Amino acid sequence: MSEMLSLSNDPTLFIAVMLAKILVVFIVVILIVAYATYAERKIIGHMQTRLGPTMTGPLGLLQPIADGLKLFFKEDIIPSQASKLAFILAPMMILVPAFITVAVIPFGDSITVKGYTVPLQISDLNIGVLYILAMSGLGVYGIVLAGWSSNNKYSLLGGVRSAAQMISYELAAGLAIISVFMLSGTLQLSDIVAAQSGSILNWYIFSQPLAFCLFVITSLAEVNRTPFDLPEAETELVSGFCTEYSSMKYALFFMAEYANMVVLSAITATLFLGGPAGPFPGPINLLIKVFAFMFFFIWIRATFPRVRYDQLMYLGWKVFLPLALLNIVITGAVVVF
Amino acid sequence: MELLQLIFFYVVALVTLVAGIGVISCRNPINSAISLVMTFFCLAVFYVMLHAPFMAAIQVMVYAGAIMVLIIFVMMLLNQGLVAIGKHRHALVGAGIAAALLVVQMVITVTKGQVSEPVGAITAKVVESVGHTQLIGQAMFTDFLLPFEIASILLLVAIVGAVVLAKREV
Repeated sequence: MSEMLSLSNDPTLFIAVMLAKILVVFIVVILIVAYATYAERKIIGHMQTRLGPTMTGPLGLLQPIADGLKLFFKEDIIPSQASKLAFILAPMMILVPAFITVAVIPFGDSITVKGYTVPLQISDLNIGVLYILAMSGLGVYGIVLAGWSSNNKYSLLGGVRSAAQMISYELAAGLAIISVFMLSGTLQLSDIVAAQSGSILNWYIFSQPLAFCLFVITSLAEVNRTPFDLPEAETELVSGFCTEYSSMKYALFFMAEYANMVVLSAITATLFLGGPAGPFPGPINLLIKVFAFMFFFIWIRATFPRVRYDQLMYLGWKVFLPLALLNIVITGAVVVF
Repeated sequence: MELLQLIFFYVVALVTLVAGIGVISCRNPINSAISLVMTFFCLAVFYVMLHAPFMAAIQVMVYAGAIMVLIIFVMMLLNQGLVAIGKHRHALVGAGIAAALLVVQMVITVTKGQVSEPVGAITAKVVESVGHTQLIGQAMFTDFLLPFEIASILLLVAIVGAVVLAKREV
């Protein structure tokens, strides 16, 4: 086992490797985000016996680029009654937490660079899981501020709904994860992955099926996807918190939604499906699992109608929260006895 | 690489100060709240630099992620608009005296004070090897079990009180 590459033994190489890792992860996430929009339109199209985009490029493959260019050249309108600072900051405040959460996801085993060991993970934090929860907590601000600063009643309603929804479901998601680290005994994501290594039966999806289901459903609620997309319920709220947004700012909201989907898929894969474990090289296994979850998210959108707001709150507080608590009690009993 | 750490510290400190000034100088209460969130976040960064990652995560989760969201929620619903600054002269005088005292204290601490090594079993090395979360967990459930339980009972009382107050009119 060679020495771990760190800032003390080879600073230049360390910084170069870190920058390379960050750049690669960032580009991969951006690409997935761009093509997730294409995949969503294509998959939902076929599920509804349509074709989806076909005109731009072969099979419509250039559609995300065309969309991006179009939005980029649109006029950027800030409503005269809007609160400017919050209006401009909001799209960034929703996108940045989504992207920096990726920093703690392990995407493979260690590799060796010039005799040093380099873990395939941007930062192996001691508090990995807490970091994820903290960042998802910060994501609420973007939506709330976007809703408030637009000075539009539909936006405000969307923002208020979304804040209540995210706070309620964050609780259930956090409690669902607790049972995972009761088994692993650590908050460090690399250790959680290591605890699931060996056989496929060690994956926490088999020992924690209830926590897995709870986490996947609360993830849907946290990224505001159907059937929990009440913050932007277009039939009643025009477009919810992003009604007044146009041009690139609007695109940032969309990117954030898909980035959150990618990140939550990766987190679910890491916590419950052994992360980069599998038959192929690490990053490819992780990508396969992420794509499977993304497909699942899109599939759900084509299948289920939207829930009512009281049903949403009932589900969060009276079903998911007690179930998550029950799961913690059962897991605790199993761990102790 | 002491130099990198130093540069990083100064950059974060600058952002903290700018955000802190923003908290008290913004005319729009929501902008002040955003600045306050920024300050919390920078404080969390300082905790990380002081080898206390658990504190940092809790700082962001509890203060930035929960409490400030609720405060912004209330501000949004009240929507009381811009606040005029500088109308209350006695408040300004009081704040000025407090700030001056603090500056004097800081100058004395920086110039005359001595930095002592941390005492006790928990040093930076132990934190690095065992892990900050594990250490806090152990301390909380062994040595400080009673205060921990008292704190949870206090929170329970608050929750029950909130339910009673909210339900009275139904």
